[in-house]
Amino acid sequence: MQPFSYQRVADPAAAIQALSNNGGKHSPLTSGAVQVLAGGTTLLDLMKLDVMQPAAVVDITPLSTGWSEVRLDGDTLRLGALARMSDVAANAEIQKAYPVIADSLKLAASAQLRNMATLGGNVLQRTRCTYFRDVSYAHCNKRDPGSGCAAMDGINRMHAVLGTSDHCIATYPGDFAQSLIALDAAVEITGPAGNRSISFAELHRAPDNSPQLETTLRPDELIAGFTIKGRWPRSVYLKVRDRQSYEFALCAAAVALDVQDGIVRDARLALGGVATVPWRAAAAEAQLRGQRLDEALASRVAEVAFAGARTHPHNAFKIELGRKVVTRALQQAASMEI
Amino acid sequence: MSEPSNPGKSALDRRSFIAAAAGSAVAAPLSARAAGSDANTSVVSDATLALDVILRVNGRDRQLSCDARTTVLDALRERLALTGTKKGCDHGQCGACTVLLDGRRVLSCLTLAVAAQGHDITTIEGLANGDRLHPMQQAFIDQDAFQCGYCTPGQIMSAVACVMEGHAQSDADIREYMSGNICRCAAYPNIVAAIKQAAPQILKG
Repeated sequence: MQPFSYQRVADPAAAIQALSNNGGKHSPLTSGAVQVLAGGTTLLDLMKLDVMQPAAVVDITPLSTGWSEVRLDGDTLRLGALARMSDVAANAEIQKAYPVIADSLKLAASAQLRNMATLGGNVLQRTRCTYFRDVSYAHCNKRDPGSGCAAMDGINRMHAVLGTSDHCIATYPGDFAQSLIALDAAVEITGPAGNRSISFAELHRAPDNSPQLETTLRPDELIAGFTIKGRWPRSVYLKVRDRQSYEFALCAAAVALDVQDGIVRDARLALGGVATVPWRAAAAEAQLRGQRLDEALASRVAEVAFAGARTHPHNAFKIELGRKVVTRALQQAASMEI
Repeated sequence: MSEPSNPGKSALDRRSFIAAAAGSAVAAPLSARAAGSDANTSVVSDATLALDVILRVNGRDRQLSCDARTTVLDALRERLALTGTKKGCDHGQCGACTVLLDGRRVLSCLTLAVAAQGHDITTIEGLANGDRLHPMQQAFIDQDAFQCGYCTPGQIMSAVACVMEGHAQSDADIREYMSGNICRCAAYPNIVAAIKQAAPQILKG
């Protein structure tokens, strides 16, 4: 690990002031010289690997008293950025009103990591692409823009089939983000000019020509929290992986349904483990509205969800697997007793 | 081997960062730990200087001078001679370094010592009551829940927390909530048995 200076801040203004040393607002947040430390489970791992080499680390955990709230007020849920994954997963109100959120958190990582990791840090978790994580590979457009992509002709079994570009096929690794994008969460962001709010779908950037740009956050901004309107008791997170537990998704589906008298009034579907960013399958959702959900419709929707998927030598299986995961998740949600 | 790419390096010089940061936050010595209040104090350190750190380990304040990069794991093992906590992968993947921080299980390899000040750290050395083993330690012996023993301190710390969290209700529950502790000897069935043996005693207090 490269040497760094350590700063602990007790208020958001001090954190933003420290981050202002990151310079140009168009430089990517993730390679900034000043990095925010919360749970540390991604940052310290990548610093040990020399993938990230910040000159300064700003520890924002003292903010957690005010920034870790979980509040369900009527039909509005607010989740503070510094709430720990384990605490939110264990929250009885969340389990009842938003099973997709509770399960996406519970099925991620290990108990120890969930005790450490925060919600804000979790959505910014960086890809597990081997070629990104190992600096002895010279070709990684995310680490070193313009250097190429070793995954294209390498071992790409775990890589993405949706949202890819000719420059990067690294999979977005998280689970919780799929719940947020499915439920149309808003992201509260605080920065030098005050607070702003964006749709969660606007937070991550697909790789396109600039895989090093992973989010639309500016280098001097912090995620303060997430807000969700409406309750989604009929929702599931189905995650299929190489192991039963403690593994990243091969394919995962976040599904939320509003069903009345057997007819789908509203439907949300997001995919994990198969895309370069948290992936909302909007065209597939549209097929569900106003329909009676049966197995035939579920499998048609699953076809639509993977339309346009682009495979590489080792990951073509993800399309068939993904369709089955979507079909099963839709049926599970439809048959839930709520 | 090719030169590692270096995306994190920038023109920002460390000393100028300190100067800039110190302008906005009150610089206070890191060793100024007044129980509980330390976490609310803004502090700035220089990467070139050693930090005075106080860690509360197994109920005792332990002072050390260390680099900001020092993890709780390395501080315990290399500086405080508490080698019960094991270094497996050093990347948060194996669970061998599990300790309790304020009673919650965390990975000491991904926790900076400087950031752990003001928190209570419990290691495997802090579980027993004198010569009387903790019920989970005794259960691991009774159930033969290890072979080589390297992962065992992490397994035991994790298991104690697993029970306290209420996640030892069934075999499936235990397997799911202990999945962050890897055992290359595959003593898993016996680990599950040990947790089932100890859980009622721990919950009874």
